[in-house]
Amino acid sequence: MTKFLQTLMDGISIGSLYALIALGYTMVYGILRFINFAHSDIFVLGAWLSFSVALCAGWTASGAPLLFPTWLWTVLIVVSVLGPLLYVVERTALPALRSSLGPRVPHALAGGFVVTAAVWAWVLVGLVFLARATTASASFRPLTGVVILVIAMGGCGLAGYLIERLAYKPLRAAPRLNVLITAIGISLFLQNSGQLKFLFGTQPQKMPELMENKPLAVVAGVAINRVDVIGAGTAVALMFALEWLVFHTRLGRAMQAVSYNTRVASLMGIDVDRVISFTFVLGSALAAAAGFLFVMKLPGALRQPADTGWVLLGLKAFVAAVVGGIGNIRGAMLGGLFIGLLEYFGVAYLRPELRDVYVFVLLIIVLLVRPSGLLGKATVEKV
Amino acid sequence: MNRVRAFAACAIIGLSLAIILPGCDNSPQASAATSPGSGSSPTNSVPNPTAGTTTPTDASANSPATETSADEYVVGHYASMTGSEATFGKSTDDGIKLAIEEINAAGGVKGKKFRLITYDDQGKGQEAATAVTRLITRDKVVAVLGEVASSRSIAGGQVAQQNGVPMITPSSTNASVTEIGDMISRVCFIDPFQGFVCAKFVRDNLKLSTAATLYDRTQAYSAGLNDDFKKAFTELGGKIVTEQAYAGGDADFSAQLTNIRDKNPDVIFIPGYYTEAGNIAMQVRKLGLKSVLIGGDGWDSAKLAEIGGQAIEGAYYSNHYSDEEQRPAVQDFVKKYKEKYGAVPDGLAALGYDAMRLLADAMTRAKSTSGKDLAEAINSTKDFAGVTGVITIDAERNARKPAVILKMQGGRPRYAATIQPK
Amino acid sequence: MLRMKARSLELSPPAWTILPRNLLALVVILAIAIMMHAWVRPAVGNYYNRVMMDVGINIVLAVSLTIVNGFTGQFSIGHAGFMTLGGYVAAATTYYGSQLLWSKAAFFGGTLSSNTAESVFSAGLLGGGDLLFVAGCVLGGCIAAGAGYVVGLPSLRLRGDYLAIVTLGFGEIIRVLLQASGPQVTRTADIAAKNPFELTTALGGALGFTRVPIYTTQFWTILFGGVTLLVAYRLKQSSMGRALLSIREDEVAAEAMGVKTTRMKVLAFVIAAFFAGMGGGLYAHQLGQINAGELGFMKSFDFVIMVVLGGMGSISGATLAAIVLTVLPELLRGVAEYRMIVYALLLIVMMLVRPQGLFGVREAWELIRPLTRRMFGSGAKA
Repeated sequence: MTKFLQTLMDGISIGSLYALIALGYTMVYGILRFINFAHSDIFVLGAWLSFSVALCAGWTASGAPLLFPTWLWTVLIVVSVLGPLLYVVERTALPALRSSLGPRVPHALAGGFVVTAAVWAWVLVGLVFLARATTASASFRPLTGVVILVIAMGGCGLAGYLIERLAYKPLRAAPRLNVLITAIGISLFLQNSGQLKFLFGTQPQKMPELMENKPLAVVAGVAINRVDVIGAGTAVALMFALEWLVFHTRLGRAMQAVSYNTRVASLMGIDVDRVISFTFVLGSALAAAAGFLFVMKLPGALRQPADTGWVLLGLKAFVAAVVGGIGNIRGAMLGGLFIGLLEYFGVAYLRPELRDVYVFVLLIIVLLVRPSGLLGKATVEKV
Repeated sequence: MNRVRAFAACAIIGLSLAIILPGCDNSPQASAATSPGSGSSPTNSVPNPTAGTTTPTDASANSPATETSADEYVVGHYASMTGSEATFGKSTDDGIKLAIEEINAAGGVKGKKFRLITYDDQGKGQEAATAVTRLITRDKVVAVLGEVASSRSIAGGQVAQQNGVPMITPSSTNASVTEIGDMISRVCFIDPFQGFVCAKFVRDNLKLSTAATLYDRTQAYSAGLNDDFKKAFTELGGKIVTEQAYAGGDADFSAQLTNIRDKNPDVIFIPGYYTEAGNIAMQVRKLGLKSVLIGGDGWDSAKLAEIGGQAIEGAYYSNHYSDEEQRPAVQDFVKKYKEKYGAVPDGLAALGYDAMRLLADAMTRAKSTSGKDLAEAINSTKDFAGVTGVITIDAERNARKPAVILKMQGGRPRYAATIQPK
Repeated sequence: MLRMKARSLELSPPAWTILPRNLLALVVILAIAIMMHAWVRPAVGNYYNRVMMDVGINIVLAVSLTIVNGFTGQFSIGHAGFMTLGGYVAAATTYYGSQLLWSKAAFFGGTLSSNTAESVFSAGLLGGGDLLFVAGCVLGGCIAAGAGYVVGLPSLRLRGDYLAIVTLGFGEIIRVLLQASGPQVTRTADIAAKNPFELTTALGGALGFTRVPIYTTQFWTILFGGVTLLVAYRLKQSSMGRALLSIREDEVAAEAMGVKTTRMKVLAFVIAAFFAGMGGGLYAHQLGQINAGELGFMKSFDFVIMVVLGGMGSISGATLAAIVLTVLPELLRGVAEYRMIVYALLLIVMMLVRPQGLFGVREAWELIRPLTRRMFGSGAKA
């Protein structure tokens, strides 16, 4: 009985994280119809960002770390100068240039986009200082976790935004397979640049424990830990927030419309590009939250960015999205929990080393029996 | 008919491309062949400590092959410098570099200096085989050092054996590596011995009798060591109460640990790398298990204490050396390593250092630097005073030497015991 | 409808003529393979020889994947799974076979399988060992083809991405199961004593299947690569190939035109899996070991990338991409840490700049012909 309850609790706890990651996969798939392989790397980025920010904020025993490496400041400043400059040129000189030099001059220098990115980055820097402040004062110290979560979500949101704008947007009209390859390329890029010395390095790290991990209660021999409760609570809260955002706001309705039919949506006056960008930001932020909660739950599991374990975690989250019915937000949540439970019960009661097999066999069965997933609607191919 | 001809034409074009393209890199490499300090001034009599080593990031990394002239010996090292196991490769590489620097400062061997070429194999067997081939045929190395992971040592070792170039693996402990042939030897002990050491320590020193094991089913090192420990522990009168496996890349072990908790063993044997060991230790304590934790040499890293924190305190692991040993060889090495890299060397660095020094020692004894003579000299090494103990290469080309047991105390490994070979 | 079917039947010559019709091409391939092995191999040295073998193996895998991903427009990202399966079967066949036949797993081949022999013509071209090796590769191919049939079956119900995920899941399942297999039996007496069926589960587990005698040479990679190219090319030109292409262009329309889409898709999977399995056999006998842990989905991605870079459905494109993507990481070996980053960036830039791949759907010579026509001015069309 103890074992059963323990397994149930662990399964739900990790399942809620799968659900958070699966949401990103499902939303992107719902709109652009491709598997965003770089999504699992965004999750990793979230985990590592949480660690880095915690370090910057002073959560470590071994000496005071640098606030930021110099190269990051350099990039920030260059971008902040360049963005407005480009924007001004775009607004003033570009029409004149186009009329004199002809259509070879591009329509835009993407100045507005760079400005957005720069403002975003500075807000994050400000938040890091806030995290430092809350860490320093004893009474606000418990709040640091929240600030770090916000920074991780914001940082990954920015990363998602940049990736979408720079890599996926130019491929809007290309075959889906190309987008997929690009996603693989980005995934490789993120993994391999993440393990460079001046980023996260190749060593595993330990996430500082932002709160004391005491068992809140002991039920039938199973300790219910504070971190697990807070983690699952945060995951559920985020899912409710997303649910509200998608089903009860204008923007959410726009997302649904784009997902339903992109061309008609654009005819109805919806700015499709903005909606897609927003979807990426949202999905990446949720993945970052999952990354943060993951390292909070398992502080010793912050392995280096290129570790295959991360990729497998991401893949399982993707399976969760498919099992729940890809493109379906509630399905992703359900699928995440389902995969988590299946995995943990398989490990506890069957052969533990085959944990990946259970997940993939389930995937194949679901696809054969009910290809549209648990909650997905069967679609008829239109001729 | 026409199509067949078109096809044949294309096949020929494709094949000739296949020849030309790999050949392309020949020219820039040959032309840019001036490595700092090594090739340009052969009569450089001032011992320049950094001259001997070449890292792949140097400009000279592309320039090895051509001038393996009379003035130097080139030694090859292949390791995973990127990927999941990059830290192992880097530690070993640092140890080797330190040894080369030292040997060169002392005037080299037979009047010639050493130069190191390191290639990354990304933790893949195929890359390892290609890297070793490149080291041997293009860079004309006298000997190859390499790999931590046994499966990659086997991949590279087969190439070395086939080409008749000696290979010393610093730290592959799986028994099958040296079974490839007479060119392959090692400076570390092998897993059966390590399993025996851990079992003996638990039975004789700790006087405990029940054990559970938690091992990585997808990792040859972990699965092999698990088998060896089980065997030795049962032979010594202990009882294995449960055996739990996980798959590489897993981060949450609570399901396995719950199973172990049901049996309440005296010790939990965790043959795995430190990347998991610290994490597992935390989860063990989180579940309220009080068992003693035991591990193998894969635990050896400063990161273990950092990640494991309080949870890893009081755990034991077997290792190749302890930086607290008072032997002068050890103290000397630790001091130099700290000066150069600013950190306490781990076991892999010590093994890399020993492997390189043993190679140099064998070269002074060898009749010539031909693969056969050199391998003979390496294989007849007797009582070589290495950092990781007094090394004698036995008939199976494995190193016979004692192992130490370390105990995690106050955030660092402390020397606990030495266990002699049977 | 009926009439069309009858006509297409008339057009395709009887099956037994396959061999004679391709005899010339086969002879050319064989001649190139022998020539390369006899003269180029000793001239270039072991390192280039090894890279060229890698190229050959990757050509086998990339071109076979083209049949599924390029011709048929299905999306398989589990190609390494077939490769692994075939590789293990071939390796086990040679290893256990050699142990049973000659009581040790050493090299028993002729000069065509020897990387060390100075001259090809000094001794027998073929020995018992390489026949076993070829048989192992073919058996590996067949078993992989069987798996391809099983994986292809879901394409009855699934399309596009869903099928992709199934292939990915299949590859991962193969990997985990092989990693969980029992230890390799190494003592000859034990092997002889064991029931052959028990040996099928003794595949080395986490260490991988090691001590495989090395038989793969340039000769075999070129021969297998050439045959793969020939089959793919013939397939593309045949009525069946056109049926596959029609599925890619519009499955519903193809179905309406009488193409048995399901059967065709499964067939594409079976053919591709067969060659992937053979490629796996070459790989195992080149490396001397095969380790499922290294052949996960990242390896599958390598092949998908080759197909897409070359152009979907272009055989020569996939071939060229296989060559370039094998050689490129070798050229970048000097810059260790940055190598994979550069590789990833090249991939992204390539997709942005030339989304249709090197050649698009067309073959290299189809691109060259208009070029030469323009240059030498046959001038029929200005």
